[in-house]
Amino acid sequence: MRIKAQVAMVMHLDKCIGCHTCSVTCKTTWTNRPGTEYMWFNNVETRPGPGYPKRWEDTDRYKGGWKLENGKLKLRAGGPISKLANIFYNPNMAEMEDFYEPWTYDYDNLIHSPKRENLPVARPYSEITGKYMDKPEWGSNWDDDLAGGSEIVPLDPNVEKLQEHIKMEYEKTFMMYLPRICEHCLNPSCVASCPTGALYKRDEDGIVLVDHDACRGWRFCQNGCPYHKVYYNWNTHKAEKCNFCYPRTEAGLPTICSETCVGRIRYIGVVLYDADKVKEAASVEDPQDLYEAQLSCFLDPFDPEIQKKAREAGINDSWLEAAKESPVYKMAMKWKIALPLHPEYRTMPMVWYVPPLSPIMNHITNEEELDTDGYIPAVDQMRIPIEYLASILAADDKEVVRKVLLKLSAMRVYMRGKTVGGIDEFRQSELVKAANTSPEELEEMARLLGVAKYDERYVIPTGRREMDDDLYYKQGTCSLEDLAPQEGVNPRFGMMKVRDNL
Amino acid sequence: MAGIFWWVIFPYIALTIMILGLLYRFTFRQLTWAAPSTNFLEKKWLRIGSPLFHYGIIFAFIGHVMGMVIPMEFYQGIGISDHLYHIGAMWGGGIAGLMVVVGLVILLIRKITIDPVRIKATFADFFSVLALLFVAGTGTYMSIIYNTTVVAYEYRATIGPWFRSLFVFMPKYELMIGIPWILKIHVASAFAFFATIPFTRLVHIFSFPIRYPARSPQQYRSRDNYRGQHN
Repeated sequence: MRIKAQVAMVMHLDKCIGCHTCSVTCKTTWTNRPGTEYMWFNNVETRPGPGYPKRWEDTDRYKGGWKLENGKLKLRAGGPISKLANIFYNPNMAEMEDFYEPWTYDYDNLIHSPKRENLPVARPYSEITGKYMDKPEWGSNWDDDLAGGSEIVPLDPNVEKLQEHIKMEYEKTFMMYLPRICEHCLNPSCVASCPTGALYKRDEDGIVLVDHDACRGWRFCQNGCPYHKVYYNWNTHKAEKCNFCYPRTEAGLPTICSETCVGRIRYIGVVLYDADKVKEAASVEDPQDLYEAQLSCFLDPFDPEIQKKAREAGINDSWLEAAKESPVYKMAMKWKIALPLHPEYRTMPMVWYVPPLSPIMNHITNEEELDTDGYIPAVDQMRIPIEYLASILAADDKEVVRKVLLKLSAMRVYMRGKTVGGIDEFRQSELVKAANTSPEELEEMARLLGVAKYDERYVIPTGRREMDDDLYYKQGTCSLEDLAPQEGVNPRFGMMKVRDNL
Repeated sequence: MAGIFWWVIFPYIALTIMILGLLYRFTFRQLTWAAPSTNFLEKKWLRIGSPLFHYGIIFAFIGHVMGMVIPMEFYQGIGISDHLYHIGAMWGGGIAGLMVVVGLVILLIRKITIDPVRIKATFADFFSVLALLFVAGTGTYMSIIYNTTVVAYEYRATIGPWFRSLFVFMPKYELMIGIPWILKIHVASAFAFFATIPFTRLVHIFSFPIRYPARSPQQYRSRDNYRGQHN
């Protein structure tokens, strides 16, 4: 057993209002430099829709993630030998037009235009070529809120799979928001795709990072990631990706996307897992077993035996305490209401999603007489088809999603019962059995999902800096400037070396 | 005197600039050390041009090892006649050379005509393509046209021994004085080109990830052994 700790996130999609505040604060923090204009470490997609980049879920085209070949885990885009053969031209890489050509507007013209008959306008121009673009045709949220309608929605690879053709009639349309960041997978295919080994998973917190000194720009990570969350900087020719705001999480603060989330949909916590189990779990035959296999990698932070072994592995008490309080552990592992995004990619993603409830489509004639058990079939008649959610969150296993929706419905029925009466009836109902839950659990869930405060939503232990070599020297250093050594680097020689006893 | 300059002093200066430049850039400017791919900006032309050029230059490199590094006596020892060698060199070298030249021309056209690629290309990018085109062009001309129309020149008796003598620091420059002009230009321009490598995108030659197939797919690093530096 090799115990490691992972900082993970849960997003409660019911609460996402699609305001893009997360994307904007992330962008202004991390990707507002030349070469990064098109990078959205965090983006919010309206689903159904093609997503960003266009049709990122089309694994036949971009060949991201893993596949199982004769029981062995292989990169879908090909192993090291075929990668080295394709290193001069990567056929599967997404092009700029799959994202968009970044542009801004000629605002200067609004101010400095000479007096003319017509009002001056701010024409769009490309941030890559500097030339005017007469007509920008796609952007990261071009299809926001189903704009583009019946022309754009069918581009969604999940929609293509649905047996029943999605109705685009006004009364029957559905949509949901899907905020996405890097999944910081347990079995990251971007790391395995990197020829130089510049991408790595941090031992302490599982955050997947790019070593920019080592990155040689071979660009296999970009399409090696099935979520398309590694970007190629056309200016510096290095890979860049979401870093889970590690300077913040190391200080015990939530990521900037979580901090600024208006709907408070995000939860961050620590989970313990057994790194030795990951490969086996990612190699199970049936993609629908991957969800359970992934859950089997996680360890119970309350088990004294696990705690002992974790301490031996260098995980300190503040991390063990945080693991016990972890909202992620509660939602994903204990209550099983959060699901991994596209488990079939076999990357064991660590950003989990609580699927959204949606209005019931059938007309209920006498709502007041709807008894508790009436909610069981109602789950199957929600506006967002279970098939669609299952295609995104459960490798097409509808039963997994159905169970979660039942539990979430049961929670609502129970909490309503507390106010308007009917708790006793609820305790005996089939709904409690079908949802496999108990009033106590539902009460806890309702608290965490509904009213949890900042320090319950974000239980983040600070980075284990006591292992650092020279804290006194490093205080006040800034990795972004050349004034001091980059964080984590202690140069042994050269002009950066300032003290002999480093 | 000119012989000493061109075939002793100049090659050493060029190689020194190359080695010191590479060491400097690797040590202090590693953030700039990358294979600056434009795959992201343009795909169709790159698909033909880039593999053609790169595979061509790998074959050409192998050919130069065979001609310059392996002594003539070795071929004679294993029973490959001079005639047979030259036929092989003409075909192998000719095809590799054509691949390089055609690939470079495609890449150059792409660099000029595709807007984002041209605008993002630096002087060094254009320079290295043009310089390579010149070196490869003279070499290919030598392999295909000069070899068949003028004389199948036995460079393994002159340039080869001179090249090897550079590395034991006893340069036999007198061997180079009588060689055909086209070869003099090819060799001298190649050394001049070597000196520019540290300052262009071509540094990526030295980081071909040959160890990739041998390493474990997943990489873990901890904060305190970042880049393997244990203190």
